Amino acid sequence: MGKELLKGNIAFAEAAIRAGCEAYFGYPITPQTEALEHMSRRMPELGRVFLQAESEIAAINMVYGAACAGVRVMTSSSSPGVSLMMEGLSYIAGSEVPVVLVNIMRGGPGLGNIAPSQGDYNQIVKGGGHGDYKPIVLAPATIQELIDLTFEAFDLAEKYRTIVVVLADGSIGQMMEPAELPPMQPVRAFDGRPEWALTGAVDRTPNVVSSIYIDPVEEEIFNLKLVEKQKQIEAEQVRSHKLWMDDAEIAVIAFGTAGRIAQTAVRDARSQGLNVGLLRPISLYPYPYDSVREVAEQVQRILVVEMNGGQMLDDVRLAVEGRVGVDFYGRMGGVVPLPDEVYEQIQKTYAQRANGR
Amino acid sequence: MTGRDGMVESLIYTKPVSLTERATHYCPGCTHGISHRLVAEVIDEMGRRETTIGVAPVGCSVFAYDYFNMDFAEAAHGRAPAMATGLKRVSPDRLVFTYQGDGDLASIGAAEILHAAGRGENITVIFINNAIYGMTGGQMAPTTLPGQKTTSTPSGRDIEMHGFPLKMCEILSQMDGAAYIVRRSLHDVAHIRKAKKAIRQAFEVQEQGIGFSMVELLSSCPTNWGISAQEALTWVEEHMVPAFPLGDYKVHASINAGKKG
Ligand SMILES: Cc1ncc(C[n+]2csc(CCOP(=O)(O)OP(=O)(O)O)c2C)c(N)n1
Ligand code: SF4
Repeated sequence: MGKELLKGNIAFAEAAIRAGCEAYFGYPITPQTEALEHMSRRMPELGRVFLQAESEIAAINMVYGAACAGVRVMTSSSSPGVSLMMEGLSYIAGSEVPVVLVNIMRGGPGLGNIAPSQGDYNQIVKGGGHGDYKPIVLAPATIQELIDLTFEAFDLAEKYRTIVVVLADGSIGQMMEPAELPPMQPVRAFDGRPEWALTGAVDRTPNVVSSIYIDPVEEEIFNLKLVEKQKQIEAEQVRSHKLWMDDAEIAVIAFGTAGRIAQTAVRDARSQGLNVGLLRPISLYPYPYDSVREVAEQVQRILVVEMNGGQMLDDVRLAVEGRVGVDFYGRMGGVVPLPDEVYEQIQKTYAQRANGR
Repeated sequence: MTGRDGMVESLIYTKPVSLTERATHYCPGCTHGISHRLVAEVIDEMGRRETTIGVAPVGCSVFAYDYFNMDFAEAAHGRAPAMATGLKRVSPDRLVFTYQGDGDLASIGAAEILHAAGRGENITVIFINNAIYGMTGGQMAPTTLPGQKTTSTPSGRDIEMHGFPLKMCEILSQMDGAAYIVRRSLHDVAHIRKAKKAIRQAFEVQEQGIGFSMVELLSSCPTNWGISAQEALTWVEEHMVPAFPLGDYKVHASINAGKKG
């Protein structure tokens, strides 16, 4: 196939198409709208379904309906739109149909702005909608990773019958980078739809897709089933990227765009002779607690960098369990930290490394 | 029917195959059961049980999927038309219908029903208007009549405070995408027969791909109206029919005039 210069929003939309996504429902919102526009052109051209919904509420419920029919389906949005989808996502989790969502986060709270942010970490990674559930959450740092994770998201959603969220931010959505798209997969034939799907009860007993268990004991049994599934996901799907950890005395932990900026700062610090390593969590749920723990056992101090007020920081602390001191540097509201700022923080953390917790 | 030996048997009641054997949880005298039966009879008669997918609402009919013997989804409150849209778009040769109460359709789901109609979404909507929120215990619905007492309008719906009932057939018939929008009532046998004809027409409109179809059924809720089953039917006739006039609000030109419900 070869590399081409691709804009993030177009890249993930096309990756979804290549993964055999049969239907897309969405609503325009900056900074992800190019994805919807790409789908509006490509899906009909391929004989697949594109529909611009009247709201994100409708979009996610259309996604829910199409997912019930057993097709590969997705939506994409940005923070305020994803907030509106929370009700639907909870129903989707409560009925275990596979759905892929891409959230290109922007500055908030409220209408906020259209600049890149990681402010939705807690909302997405911890569930978001009502009830006990967690979607698989994957955080790319490059366009190539955005493509690969979106492509794989459909397999994961179906394997575990769960929601998979690709959690990126406005800079990944908007920037252009050389990347390679996967080859095209055909959409599933009607006859190939899963046996639980609502396809019409031809020669079988009817299927029902519902999230209601009126008897609390039955609801608890269902919840326990979700917990079991989460355990399996936690055993099988943890992903993170370690860099320069061999000789590291301190480590920077950052995901997505913050991870990428941190990588530049860590590289600069290393060139100045500072023994710094980087851990970039890729799966935010399941979170790479073990990798963080290993890092905490090795280094003397940790710096967490995020484009929020310190949301992943809680998960880092859970894994560190007080073994070493944890510093935090965050920019909020759509402000993207510069590598130089992070470099300064690295210097501070490095200077403090012998000072314990 | 006449048997071979000349004996005359007449079968006067069978349960539609499109209904399950389960007894419903509906209150005595509630017309939800009648609506279910009419829809099931129509789907039986059209031979479409195995190729129909229903979408249940949140409301008293939330368990409709237990009573209809076909593939079913249970939607979030008011979102059934969006969910049905998703189902229909990826399964265009299946009949897809929603079954929704007035709180579900006309209040929390007003945007979803309006846009499904506007898009001319090729689905059928069975709209149960009982002028009240049944499931949550009798609060005001968007269809509650002026002066009608509910648990959240204890001295009667005050139009100064709560405004006026929404008339969904009148509203949706304004949409170019709507192909068949009619209102019927379930308060007596003659009207129930007319309701069934309309339901048949609505599903045929979908089968022929003409566009969005909705049958509104004026229905009773004796429990939350606080009156007997018989009084409730009389109340439908005397109070609801004048407020929500029966009739055909939109019949697309390509619908066979002779078959009009
Ligand atoms: C988001 C949300 N809000 C509120 C409720 C509570 N609720 C359940 S049913 C209902 C009203 C149902 O009334 P209607 O649609 O008229 O149907 P009926 O019960 O009368 O058949 C409400 C408000 C809910 N389940 N979900
Ligand atoms: S509460 Fe009203 S609408 Fe609900 S089942 Fe009883 S009578 Fe029917």
